[in-house]
Amino acid sequence: MTNQGIGQSVRRKEDFRFITGQGHYTDDINRPGQLHAAFLRSPHAFAKIRAIRLDTAKKMPGVVAIYTGQDVAADKVGGLICGWTVKDKKGDPHKAPRHDIIAIDHVRHVGDQVAVVIAQSLSQAKDAAEAIEVDYDVLTPVVDVVTALKPGAPQVHPDAPGNLCYDWEFGDKAATEAAFAKAAHVTRIDLLNNRLSPNPMEPRSAIGEYDPGTDTTTVYTTSQNPHVLRLILCAFVFGLPEHKVRVIAPDVGGGFGSKIFNYPEETVCVWAARKLKKPVKWTSDRTEAFLTDAHGRDHVTHAELAIDKDGKFLALRVDTKANMGAYLSTFASAVPTYLYALLLAGQYTTPAVYAEVKAVFTNTTPVDAYRGAGRPEATYVVERIVEAAARELKMDPVELRKKNFVPVDAFPYQTPVACVYDSGQYAKALDEACKAADYAGFAKRKAESAKKGKLRGIGFCAYIEACGIAPSSVVGSLGAGVGLWESGQIRFNATGSVFVYTGSHSHGQGHETTFAQIVSDKLGVPIENIEVVHGDTAQVPMGMGTYGSRSLAVGGSALMRAADKIIEKGKRIAAHLMEASVDDVVFDKGTFSVKGTDKQVPMAQVAFTAYVPHNYPADLEPGLEASAFYDPVNFTFPAGVHIAEVEIDSDTGVTTVANWVAVDDFGKVINPMIVEGQVHGGIAQGIGQALLEGVVYDKESGQLLTASFLDYCMPRADNLPSYKVGMIETPCPHNPLGVKGCGEAGAIAAPAALMNAITDALGTEEITMPATPLKVWKVIQSRHLAAAAE
Amino acid sequence: MTISVTMTVNGQSVTRDVEPRTLLVQFLRENLGMTGTHVGCDTSQCGACVVHVNGTSVKSCTILAAQAQGAKVTTVEGLAQDGKLHPMQEAFRENHALQCGFCTPGMIMSAIDLVQRNPNPSEETVRHELEGNLCRCTGYHNIVKAVMAGAQAMRG
Ligand code: FES
Ligand code: FES
Repeated sequence: MTNQGIGQSVRRKEDFRFITGQGHYTDDINRPGQLHAAFLRSPHAFAKIRAIRLDTAKKMPGVVAIYTGQDVAADKVGGLICGWTVKDKKGDPHKAPRHDIIAIDHVRHVGDQVAVVIAQSLSQAKDAAEAIEVDYDVLTPVVDVVTALKPGAPQVHPDAPGNLCYDWEFGDKAATEAAFAKAAHVTRIDLLNNRLSPNPMEPRSAIGEYDPGTDTTTVYTTSQNPHVLRLILCAFVFGLPEHKVRVIAPDVGGGFGSKIFNYPEETVCVWAARKLKKPVKWTSDRTEAFLTDAHGRDHVTHAELAIDKDGKFLALRVDTKANMGAYLSTFASAVPTYLYALLLAGQYTTPAVYAEVKAVFTNTTPVDAYRGAGRPEATYVVERIVEAAARELKMDPVELRKKNFVPVDAFPYQTPVACVYDSGQYAKALDEACKAADYAGFAKRKAESAKKGKLRGIGFCAYIEACGIAPSSVVGSLGAGVGLWESGQIRFNATGSVFVYTGSHSHGQGHETTFAQIVSDKLGVPIENIEVVHGDTAQVPMGMGTYGSRSLAVGGSALMRAADKIIEKGKRIAAHLMEASVDDVVFDKGTFSVKGTDKQVPMAQVAFTAYVPHNYPADLEPGLEASAFYDPVNFTFPAGVHIAEVEIDSDTGVTTVANWVAVDDFGKVINPMIVEGQVHGGIAQGIGQALLEGVVYDKESGQLLTASFLDYCMPRADNLPSYKVGMIETPCPHNPLGVKGCGEAGAIAAPAALMNAITDALGTEEITMPATPLKVWKVIQSRHLAAAAE
Repeated sequence: MTISVTMTVNGQSVTRDVEPRTLLVQFLRENLGMTGTHVGCDTSQCGACVVHVNGTSVKSCTILAAQAQGAKVTTVEGLAQDGKLHPMQEAFRENHALQCGFCTPGMIMSAIDLVQRNPNPSEETVRHELEGNLCRCTGYHNIVKAVMAGAQAMRG
């Protein structure tokens, strides 16, 4: 027992099926009589559909049906929705133009759905899709935010004039202006936060199935939040009752945000399955994934930091243009606003912050939450500008940060941008990271690199994130269309084993182990006797799913509440069995006992008695199960410091990550092995963003130039270092487990740390992500030329 | 038009009539219903589909089933013998070298082939050799650890 509870690196319960090839991912599932869907997609970034000719395609072997946007419209299927309404500066709601599941008259990005073929086999469906003829009037597209905002730019949607989704502001403008007016120094920076493709290794997939006998629709799909998807499909898209729709998200091969959203494809599978009364399956190929999985980031930002003569930050002013793509995805509007500007105080006491954000439509794939969602963008702004300020002021970046950190005795700390930080030890994390990175020895290492003709740099990132998303009343007041509680249920079986049901979803995070550990720890049941069930709306009563590092802080807390109810009921049963008063019964490590006596009964006996209640309290219901909902009172605020050290080959421009140190504070850690794994994966994605990855559209044609793993550079084993991951624990004071969340930290911290290291090595801030060898080499060359000219 | 393809998969002889364009990975997943081998891309980049053909690792999305006519194919489902996991499978579990598990079958198959060719690989060799296998979850740190540990276990 002792090696299974909270704080232990228990090996994962889910691994056996994965290492033996016995996982059940959506594409592994096949239903009797199943048909296959293939989409014909737009080859143009922006075009009017003039005519679609299906005659040839319809006669192809195996074709069962071909549908276009006209068929969808005829069936009055609702468009896809955005679940968070952001109000602009004037208080008007954002523009959310209609997003049809198959395009009706216009296509607005390369890959937009034009028609779907349903056939007996996938190859037949694909062959027939190729035989569909479409006449387009090709229009001039716009792919970047700067061009899209210019007068005379192509208009992506007639109902979003100027391509503006919203023009939004946050923070105290007057206080910020006043602070700038008295600043001794102002640091300014222009930043591009490059567009990324999430690329979970499992492509999206869905099967829609309809049972006319019970009028029930079942959807198997790659979702991070099956209940939320059910809610959207029922309440907004199809107008179906929720109790007649079941969403199953079985093993899911990674998500990183991209599998939160409601997409056209699964919606089409459901619609077609109901029409044809046959299961309809679609699985994305990687090209489709690049074209249609919601992208992440894509911000253009100008920021200014006002500093007094002693190096204290006075105010931060930020102007951001955020690319929304062609349509407003499920939670897209919240990402560059409430998940972004609220974090712009960083770990610092900056008294005034003001941000303006314009969200902009373009002829590109929709952009939505990707690992970190808004918080990496905020961290990138804060930590790049702080490092730049240190350089301008010729101050040590560590000292400048320490001078401005929220001190340990200031918690709970109210920031000027609405957050109340609950706990933290920012200087401690920085000190430990500096020690682990041997910051003191950096100058020597730099000199050694210089002897070899190499440039060496070190970069810091002290990040903060808001996780444990989120208090429902708070997000409701900010425009969210949902509550962000989580539910959990614990059900004992008569023989003492336990089912744990959670509304959050695991797609790599290891809930089946971590959640079993917390229940084991609390109720004293060995983890091998606990089965964690998730991802099926017919089994799990309710749920809000997994994103924003919320599963343990919110979902785990719900389970703790449910466990409390189990203990309370167990005490009454135990008291009856031991002929004692309930008030004298205590529970510890799986055993009920009577205070001050040696009387005791184990949990298993209590569970058995609950189901075989022959000798049982007269006023008590049989059975031992409890469910609970948990609505957090605040966000959690994981924070930490990452330090990157790089060596750059001046001849080739190749950057090698020489050392990586992370010291994170996630509050209480349940399974250190799993937490470290989350940090590793996050860092890799962050390094990917800074060094390798970037979605590129051709400006003229709007074609996606990075639509395969040949053109989009994913981090590979030989691009990355091993990481030194350390932790400090400042428990979260407001949830029962004291946990804060760890899933996104690496991706939030890494880009700024790495770019600070690269700009340190190069001696200029003028380089954008990804810092490819070509870009780095060009910077080095231009400096050589400049030096030669002097 | 179909052709008849026969091969030995995990020690069992199988014959199916398939379309000539059927890829080996489709043959395994769709014709044999063996879904342990995954498909993560359409350009032979990700390695989720790696199996062994006559003892060496092959991306099963890059060859036709017909090209494996008469071959001995091993998939991740065929690694455990008599209920005992292969040491590389054990090493992946022990070192938390998987999160979502989607890249894992291909990763394990590549790792075994790597160790068969390099019984005592350096970290650098492991990183270099795994270049054809993408993992989006783990950042490779624990995969590298697992492959080194698996190599040691395979050396006995
Ligand atoms: S499926 Fe990606 S390499 Fe074979
Ligand atoms: S474990 Fe998810 S892709 Fe490797």
